[in-house]
Amino acid sequence: MDFFARFAVPNPGPTIYASMVAIALTMVAIFVGLTYYKKWGYLWREWLTTVDHKRIGIMYLISALLMLFRGGVDAIMMRAQTAVPENTLLGAQEYNEIFTTHGVVMIIFMAMAFIMALMNFAVPLQIGARDVAFPRLNALSFWLYFFGAMLFNISFVIGGSPDSGWSSYFPLAGTEYSESVGTNYYMLALQISGLGTLITGINFITTILKMRAPGMTLMKMPMFTWSALITNLIIVFAFPVLTVALLMGTMDRLFATNFFTTSNGGMDMLWANLFWVWGHPEVYILILPAFGIYSEIISTFSRRNLYGYKSMVISMVAISVLSFLVWVHHFFTMGQGALVNSIFSITTMAIAVPTGIKIFNWLFTLRKGKIVFTTPMLYSLGFIPIFTIGGVTGVMLGMASADYQYHNTMFLVAHFHLVIIPGVVFAMIAGLFYWWPKMFGFMLNERLGKWSFWFIAISVCVTFFPMFISGLDGQARRMYTYSESTGFGIWNLISFIGAIGLAIGFALIVYNIYYSIRYSTREIPADPWDARSLEWATHSPVPEYNFAIVPEVDSTEAFWDYKKKGYKLFKGKYEPIHMPNNSGVPFLMGLVFFVWGFAFVFGMWIFAVIASIGIAACLAHRSFEKDHGRYISVEEIEKTEKDLGGAKE
Amino acid sequence: MKIKWALLTLIFTIATVLTGCEPLLVLDPKGPQGRTTADVIMISIWTMAIVVVVVFALYIFIVRKYRASNQSEDYEPPHIEGSLKLEIVWTAIPVLIVAFLSVVTVVSTYKVEATPEGYNEEPLVIYASSSNWKWHFSYPEQNIETVNYLFIPTDRPIEFKLYSYGPISSFWIPQLGGQKYAMADMVNTLNLAADVPGEYSGRNANFTGEGFAQQTFNVKAMPQKEFDEWVKEINATAEPLTEDKFEELLKPGHLGQSTYTGTHLTFSPPPEGHHEKGDSGNEEVQPGSSKKEQDEEVDHSKMNH
Repeated sequence: MDFFARFAVPNPGPTIYASMVAIALTMVAIFVGLTYYKKWGYLWREWLTTVDHKRIGIMYLISALLMLFRGGVDAIMMRAQTAVPENTLLGAQEYNEIFTTHGVVMIIFMAMAFIMALMNFAVPLQIGARDVAFPRLNALSFWLYFFGAMLFNISFVIGGSPDSGWSSYFPLAGTEYSESVGTNYYMLALQISGLGTLITGINFITTILKMRAPGMTLMKMPMFTWSALITNLIIVFAFPVLTVALLMGTMDRLFATNFFTTSNGGMDMLWANLFWVWGHPEVYILILPAFGIYSEIISTFSRRNLYGYKSMVISMVAISVLSFLVWVHHFFTMGQGALVNSIFSITTMAIAVPTGIKIFNWLFTLRKGKIVFTTPMLYSLGFIPIFTIGGVTGVMLGMASADYQYHNTMFLVAHFHLVIIPGVVFAMIAGLFYWWPKMFGFMLNERLGKWSFWFIAISVCVTFFPMFISGLDGQARRMYTYSESTGFGIWNLISFIGAIGLAIGFALIVYNIYYSIRYSTREIPADPWDARSLEWATHSPVPEYNFAIVPEVDSTEAFWDYKKKGYKLFKGKYEPIHMPNNSGVPFLMGLVFFVWGFAFVFGMWIFAVIASIGIAACLAHRSFEKDHGRYISVEEIEKTEKDLGGAKE
Repeated sequence: MKIKWALLTLIFTIATVLTGCEPLLVLDPKGPQGRTTADVIMISIWTMAIVVVVVFALYIFIVRKYRASNQSEDYEPPHIEGSLKLEIVWTAIPVLIVAFLSVVTVVSTYKVEATPEGYNEEPLVIYASSSNWKWHFSYPEQNIETVNYLFIPTDRPIEFKLYSYGPISSFWIPQLGGQKYAMADMVNTLNLAADVPGEYSGRNANFTGEGFAQQTFNVKAMPQKEFDEWVKEINATAEPLTEDKFEELLKPGHLGQSTYTGTHLTFSPPPEGHHEKGDSGNEEVQPGSSKKEQDEEVDHSKMNH
């Protein structure tokens, strides 16, 4: 029994028991459903072993939506707990676990996955490629992410959740002050999924640099692809820092090293620096693809080309460089002194310049356009004003002397939610609605989509604007409760009401998906939005090989030219297409990594050694495997093209 | 238009609330440092308000004017690459705004980091150290120590020496000025001063675990004369702070307010100059380390770190 005692949750409460039941029921439901409908084989052949970037994208999407639900439930519980003074709905420990997991889940497992979903799905199509450069690695990236996320999520019911905040500052997160295995989960789960992200970064840089359609020079790439390229460059530069920081943190926790401890020469400022050297670029890893999506959508639904293409690219490059030069603004209050803080204040505020350029370019794309208010467009239009408010408060926070008063308060919380939600989440939803017909061959309901937009857009403001005020009134963040005399009550109550509105908005999106699956017409054209980039030049849903004939490009909007000016996009004839084979190894390797992580979390070294051998075996297998892929014959292509509604010229 | 209507409401709400009836703590400063930051905040709010108004006006105008339902069926939007002139304009204006705010930031940051000016007296040095989840205030000059409450004289600069017996904490008295971290391996200096006698709330603003929400303290600012009387009274009535007593105070938990003569600085010195000298092994007691750990401690002077 002693062996199992370690898996007990240190502070069990109703929320934890409820989650246990929910997880158990979901697993039983999935198992029974798959068996009843005899879908195990289908699941394995078509999804778990796939190396197709579109299917991997869809799996990222499903995972991201699940994580959005998890993180959303956390958020509602937090707002409910703080809605009234001295509330006892949650205890301090539960609240600490919940805001920690909310942050980690939303940033690492929801937003990152959502971006990966859309990049995986759209980027190869936008550049006229048949897959990413390394399809098998792409599958491995997904499974590392997925099992990292699963490892993190089981912490709540096995052994205890991390509870030191999403930034997991040492020494609080060290064994001196966090004895439970929670932070071990944090270290290992982030390490595993971070590895997946790093591999994706390398994969997509290669894909975008090497696999573009003939004629598509860098300056003729769609803006979303540009944003993906820059994002992945940031990933490759930033994620190794996280890898090293997590490794040091893991060593501190498991092997009693003293990198971040309070004694024996440990430096508590070191973790904060390492974390934010990764953490700030991470913010731009999230926001840049979102900017790319807005560029696509705003241009499509203004029926105009993107204004200032070159300055859009230059500003993104500028943002990516600056993103590495601002990390100290996360802790102006650490005592670096006026000189260091002044320098970092200026670099921080400087980011407002390229961001401002982008905002004005979008506005001038709308100008002289013919604006159609579809759901994706509504989200993009909602983004501009709300993000502007989030952005200008960011400039305010960047002013070091003033930051001494905003730091660690609800003002900061309001700022970053008003940047991330309209910036990233709106873009994800907009991208979801926009590319949905390309993914699944039918459209999401517009009416429900617009309702969800209004609920979410208004609720975001209702939820987060009051926090500016309570922050300036001295409410620190991460307090599980406060006394009535502080006067924070009213602002937090308004926030809670807004949070309910947000929940309704997201529920409407889920209902929309259900409703559209049942009732939406399947008879839609390949280009339902009258869009401008290459992904719309192929069928919906997209055949496995993406394009029967690789398109040739000679402008930033070749597909638009094809529609309007009679430009010939597909020259040549059908030829056999070389495609990669499916493989179960990435899934298996992810699973072994899960066991490896779990073994490390609990310091079960025998399992850790076995799992490490398993990982090495998977790598060895790949090294000696002779897999040259397969060819799709011309007859097969002709048949597929005919079935999908006639070949493209 | 729904958008316009919603946005106008938003702007209106923000405006009303910021100029609201009850002054918000941060914008109701009681000392020179707090006043500087409050001024900076108001300057930035007004500057940013101009930006927001311009962007919103442009946005509302464009979205209204160029909506499809406002145009003829056969209108074909033109292809425009961009305009160098316009793009230079909306690069240059933000650069100017950022430059202006940078000057404000640099000047004010140097000001709040320095000892407040205009006072005749030398700063009063107070060591403020945090432990889970309390604040210990040591007055070396007066040779007294308090827990969870702070008495300060008005019209005299106060130099806080901040450090922590545990996780990173942040020492914050919103009405007197900005916060700064108290950390285990170094001492930070925070310069504050109070001009107005009164009671202010202070707290730890940086998350430190389970008891974080209640890690608060009270500040009472009073004229120097009253302060001196208080010191005299404490010296006459309070118990001395022994090493054992201090160990007890450090244990994780919540405590009420208490007062002692003597300070812990004598037997548990702050981690000053720790990194410069690299001689931490010579210190008798390491902050945050328990008795047991001390016994196991190695001599650091022989290690390179």
